This record gives sequence, C-alpha cells and structure tokens, in this order.
Amino acid sequence: MANKKKGKSKITVYPDWCKGCGICVEFCPGRVLELSSQGKATVVREQDCIRCGFCELHCPDFAIVVQDKDFVEADKLPRRRSAKTTDKGE
Amino acid sequence: MARPRKRKEIFALGNEAVVEGALLAGCSFYGGYPITPSSEIMEIMAARLPLTEDGVFIQLEDEIASMGAIIGASLAGRKVLTATSGPGFSLMQENLGYAIMAETPMVLVNVMRGGPSTGLPTSPAQGDVQQARWGTHGDHPIIVLSASNVQECLDMTITAFNMAEKYRTPVILLLDEVTAHTREKIEIPNPGEFEVFSRTVPSMPPEWYKPYEETVRGVPPMPPLGSGYRFHVTGLVHDRNGFPTQRPEEIVELLERLHRKIDQFFYDIQLVDTIETADADVVVIAYGSVARSAELAVRQARENGVRAGLLKLKTLFPYPRRQTEKVLAHARTLVVPEMNMGQMSREVKRVNMGRASVRTINRIDGQIVTPSEILKVIMQG
Amino acid sequence: MNEITGNEIIHQYLRHNKKFPHVLCAGCGHGIVLGTLIRAIHTLAIPKDDVVIVAGIGCSGRLAVYVDFNTVHTTHGRALTFATGIKMANPKLNVICIMGDGDALSIGGNHLIHAARRNIGVTALILNNNIYGMTGGQSSPATPEGSTTMTNPYGQLDASFDTVALARGAGANYVARGTVFHVKRLEKIMVEAISRPGFSVVEAITPCHTQYGRKNRYKTPVDMYKWLKKAAVPIDRYEEMTEEQRTDRLPIGVFVAEDRSGFEERYLSLQAQMRAKGGK
Ligand SMILES: Cc1ncc(C[n+]2csc(CCOP(=O)(O)OP(=O)(O)O)c2C)c(N)n1
Ligand code: SF4
Ligand code: SF4
Ligand code: SF4
Ligand SMILES: [Mg+2]
Repeated sequence: MANKKKGKSKITVYPDWCKGCGICVEFCPGRVLELSSQGKATVVREQDCIRCGFCELHCPDFAIVVQDKDFVEADKLPRRRSAKTTDKGE
Repeated sequence: MARPRKRKEIFALGNEAVVEGALLAGCSFYGGYPITPSSEIMEIMAARLPLTEDGVFIQLEDEIASMGAIIGASLAGRKVLTATSGPGFSLMQENLGYAIMAETPMVLVNVMRGGPSTGLPTSPAQGDVQQARWGTHGDHPIIVLSASNVQECLDMTITAFNMAEKYRTPVILLLDEVTAHTREKIEIPNPGEFEVFSRTVPSMPPEWYKPYEETVRGVPPMPPLGSGYRFHVTGLVHDRNGFPTQRPEEIVELLERLHRKIDQFFYDIQLVDTIETADADVVVIAYGSVARSAELAVRQARENGVRAGLLKLKTLFPYPRRQTEKVLAHARTLVVPEMNMGQMSREVKRVNMGRASVRTINRIDGQIVTPSEILKVIMQG
Repeated sequence: MNEITGNEIIHQYLRHNKKFPHVLCAGCGHGIVLGTLIRAIHTLAIPKDDVVIVAGIGCSGRLAVYVDFNTVHTTHGRALTFATGIKMANPKLNVICIMGDGDALSIGGNHLIHAARRNIGVTALILNNNIYGMTGGQSSPATPEGSTTMTNPYGQLDASFDTVALARGAGANYVARGTVFHVKRLEKIMVEAISRPGFSVVEAITPCHTQYGRKNRYKTPVDMYKWLKKAAVPIDRYEEMTEEQRTDRLPIGVFVAEDRSGFEERYLSLQAQMRAKGGK
C-alpha cells in the first residue's frame, strides 16, 4: 500500500497556521518536511512522501494537508476555506 | 358578565405551593440536593414530575451540580427550578454567576434558615438577603423576589418563572422557614387567569442569528440547544457572536446590556403591596413572614388612631426605590422589621437619605418578629 | 478513494470566523485531541446540530469555541453537571464533555464519580497533561509523584490518580485510555465511546510541554511525543509485563466496555411505566 502511494502526494502547509512545533518534521518516515528559517514546516522532499498520514493526524494546528496529487491536479478537491480574521480577541 | 370559574382550593404548605406555581408556570425540570427547610419542594417534585409528559427530576450530588444541571437543561430549552437553603445557597453562587453571564433563565428558591453556617436548620431567618443580591462574584444584576404567605408562594413562583424567561436571567425567590412550613388554604388559579411567559426564540434563519445581539428589550432571543442554531455559550465576557473578547468597548456593551435589561423594566419587576400607605405618617417596610406581623401591627395602630401603613416588598432587588419615594412624601418614620441584623434596612436608608427617621427591629434568635413588637415601635412614632 | 480525508475533514468543522491558529501553544497535544474528536464525529456521521460539546475551564476547555457544534464553555470542574442537565433535558443530543485533568479529577472529581455511578449518557473526554496548563503549571491530581511543578518546586509528594481505575471503580460503562501519539487508536476509542450507551470515560494523554515538560526533562514538544511513543503500551502487552518492565509505562486501550443503558433511558422508561399506571 505505502509503496504504491509513494511519490503521488501533494502536501500543503499553511504557514499562517503552522506554529513550528516540529512534530511533523521529527516523525515523518520519509523525511519529507523540514523547519524553515522562519520556524515553519516546509516541504522539501515531496516525492518521498508515502502518504502515511502521520503529519496530518498529528499537527495540533491543522496546518498541513496531504492529498492525492492526481486528484488535486484534476482540481476536484475543495480548497481550504479562507480563515477570516473577524475574531474578537482571545 | 360570565361568572368567573370557581378556583380549586387546597390546603398547602408554602413549599407545596411553590411546586404548584412552578408546574403552572410550565416548569419541566428540577435538579437539586436536599436541605431543610426546603426539602419538601424537592420531594414533591420527585413525585410529580415523572408523572408529567416530559417532566424531569434529578437528584444531584451537591448544590454545585444542581445548578450546573438546571443551567444545562435551561440551555436545552426547559423551564427549570432548584430549591435550597443557606449552606446550599452558598454553593450555588458560582454557577449563579454563570447563569447571569450566559443569560440563562432559571428559578432558585432559597428557604432561609438561621445562619451563618449550619446555623439553625429548622428556625426562620432572613439572613440571606444580601447574599441573594451580592453572593456571586463580579458586578451583576439580579432579580430577587419574596413571598409572605402560602398563596403568595404560588403566585410569586409563577412571577419568578415569567421574569426569568422574559429577561433571560436567574430569579431568586427568598422564602423563610415560617412561610415555607405554614399550611393554609390557597386557590389554584385556572388556566388563562394568569400570565405564562415563555422565552423568545429566534425567528431568523440560523445563518443570521447572532446570539448576543442587542434588541429593543436588551434581551436576545434564545434557541434551545440542538435546534439548528449552533452557537457558543460561555461565562467569559463575550461579543455579540458569543466568542470571548477582551476589547473594552465590547466588555462595556455586554455588561451594560446585562444591567439595562433588568433596570429599565423597573415598573414590571419592582413589585410591592401597599396597605394604608396613602396618608401614612409611619410606614412599615417588611417582607416575608415578617410582613404578616407588620400588617397586623399596622391595623392595630390604625385602631389606636395612628396613621400607619405597610409597604410590603414582593421584589427585594432591584430595590423598589420609586415606591419607597412615594411613601416618603409624607412618612415621618419608616419602621423596618427583619429577622437579621439589618440587611434590607440598608437599602431603605440608602433611598431615604436622611429624610424620615428609620427605626429597625432586628431578631436573630430564630423567632419571628411579632405584631406587638412592631406595634410598639409604630406607637413610639 | 478520493473522498476528503485528514485535515480537509477537520476544516469542515472549524469555525473559520474565529481567529486561527488557535490560542494553544506550539505542539500542545490538546489540538490533536480536537482533531481526533472531529474525525470520530465525522466517522459516526452525526449531524453538527445534534452534537453538544460541553467544556470545562482550562486550556482544554478552550477547544470548544473553535468547533462548529453547539458549544457550551462552562465553569471549572462543572462540565459534567451541565452535560447531565442537557442530556436529561434532551436525550436525543450527543453530549461530549471536554475536561482537563484538574477539571475532571480535582475540582470536578465528585461530579466525575457521580456521573459514572449514575451512568448518564455522556462521553467524558479527559485531556490529561499531568498539570494545570492554563494557570501556569501548578500540580494537578494527575501530576506524577516526584515531578517538579510551580506548587511543588521541591518535588510532588502526593500520589496521582489513575483515571482508569477511578472511573472503573465508580461504575462507568466504558473506560479507555489513549494518547495523542497513537491517534488512530484514540479515534477508534472515541468512536466507540460516543456510540455506547451510558457514561463513557476516555482519558487522552496529551503533552503540555510549556508547563509540564520544560520543568521535567522534556526540553521540546518533540521530546514529549517521543516519551509518549515509548511509554504507552497496549493493555494486553502491559498485562504480560513484569512489575519491573511496567515502570514508567502506561497501559492504553479499552479497560471497560459494557452496554448498560444510560440514566436518561432508564428515567424515560420509568416515566412511561408510571404514566401507564395511571398517574396523570
Ligand atoms: C473555581 C475556579 N477555581 C480556579 C480556577 C482557575 N483555573 C482555571 S483553569 C485551572 C486549571 C486547569 O487545569 P486543567 O483542568 O488540567 O486544564 P489544562 O489547562 O491543563 O488543560 C484553574 C485552577 C477557576 N477558573 N475556577
Ligand atoms: S506539526 Fe503542524 S504546527 Fe507543528 S511544525 Fe508541523 S505543520 Fe507546523
Ligand atoms: S504523510 Fe506526512 S508524515 Fe507521512 S510521509 Fe507524507 S509527509 Fe511524511
Ligand atoms: S500551557 Fe500546556 S496545555 Fe496550555 S496550551 Fe500550552 S501546552 Fe497546551
Ligand atoms: Mg491539565
């Protein structure tokens, strides 16, 4: 299964939601992710992703999305709704 | 003119009358913890509610839980009641503040007994008056009602439910052990003879609904949980959407509205009965069982040629200032008898501002204030 | 296979008119619990309108505001009492409590055991981070003996609660423990807990690096997740271990799974009975 998925992922990190905790970077079996100089997770080896889902399931801030590349390219997936900033402070 | 339908008459304890009133007002949820001298309310609810179509009775592990449960049930759309006495009342204070902040209708009956602490479990007192006003933390408005006889226990319970629903607020009904445990004949009003108010629910589609938006009355509509209006309820200061805020202008907007929605309806909320006050030189201001002694004393004083009157407070808070002003137009003396060290007389003095002379009668020995004690002070002028 | 997965699901349930990222610290396990809960509810296909999230006070309690369900953020320790009232008032609702370890085991400990005894049809999610996160790292009843906290600067003297033993002893219908490292298992547990009748307790071990970790030899959030990975052992394996092997290990899995009907169901059938008997 895992092998079949290798190289077929599209990974998106939302930098404005990422807090740079490093969980995804540390535990990714394919070493796909690194922390940038700004302390945000960034995709460096997308082709090595086996779509195990670990990063997505463990990101405490829902800042990372892993999708099937073919599917995304067919543009069928809904985009993340934009995060409006009408928050009243908390 | 059609003859009014005959009303059913029963002999009832004050506590039983509270239950009758609650059920007439549409109460369908009771959560509580037993304590003398309020327990009959709970016991009768335990027997009655399961026999009604959707009535829920639940005994909780303590008074903190009782409050949590009734607030939860109220959020889910029920008209809710709990009853307690002094020590339990103290445990209810934290969640009482939550109910005020989250604008949750509920009725809390506190049958006052002697305190502080376990105090005098079976003796009457009026020691929780200021606790009812200021017991929970933070600046807050509150409605506190009282009843002085068994019929009033029924009537004021209905009033308490109506006010709670109308103003989306907790309402406290303060009884004392004497009123709660007196048995007398009362009339059960027929349906249609009394008002039953139920909370306003939103009529707009859920997408338009802002849970804490300003309205004409200052009371936002309130949908029951699970009815399609998904929103956030919190004890934190919140904005119109119900989300926590720390912005000064939003804090002020919320807290001012909470006060205003109660204060501006003083004519609906501040209830008193007046007896012979129109020309009175000496006015007794009393509430609860003491008001009964006071009424007798006033009548005896009149027989003795003294122009005495009684201002019976049915609403204790917000304090009926205007009605007090009215009697102050001619009263030289105000007499305030209470079963405490002077909790309501503080309010009277605050309004009086030195105009009449204020005489207090205070009993803290677990005995009621007698008519002759009050008469004696009236006769002294 | 092309259905929406992972965080795409989560985003369907977030209140995007709230400010994100949420207020929790980087690497706080509470966010993972929230994601797991959302996936569990999604798996069960429960309509948003039928879900009531009742939260206590603490960092854990803050989660409620971010999700598009009916959300009630209550008072510290009292979430279960509100939940009990809501469930009794409307048994059709799915009522899920989110509580911290201080919330559920200390100030709300009495409510927890009575909710369990009563077997009210509510799911209690206890987010155990071994500390009072929100108030700045004071000891909780789940702080391990010997740990350093703001209120035990010389080392925690008292023993900590075993949530599972406590819930089981009090009579909960379903008791399970998971961790935010073992998310898929945790999700399965949540699905089961929500769908069972009666009272379910799910303890989710979730690291607080900020208030607990840093003072107790876990320098980074990642260190805490490494600890979870190592410490947690499935209950069946744990049972085969020697006392010595069990040191510093935490059994995870399902400990109690019964099907006793909830208090609200028993109340309704009693009510029907009494009314049939001719009580009006
Ligand atoms: C009655 C009351 N006492 C104390 C507090 C202060 N307080 C807020 S959160 C909290 C502890 C939170 O710890 P926990 O429940 O473990 O949640 P966490 O923040 O760790 O998720 C305390 C003591 C309060 N809000 N109310
Ligand atoms: S787990 Fe999430 S928040 Fe943490 S570094 Fe990765 S993307 Fe960022
Ligand atoms: S799904 Fe995430 S954790 Fe798994 S291989 Fe791909 S990038 Fe790494
Ligand atoms: S203090 Fe601890 S529990 Fe609170 S948000 Fe930070 S990491 Fe999470
Ligand atoms: Mg905690």
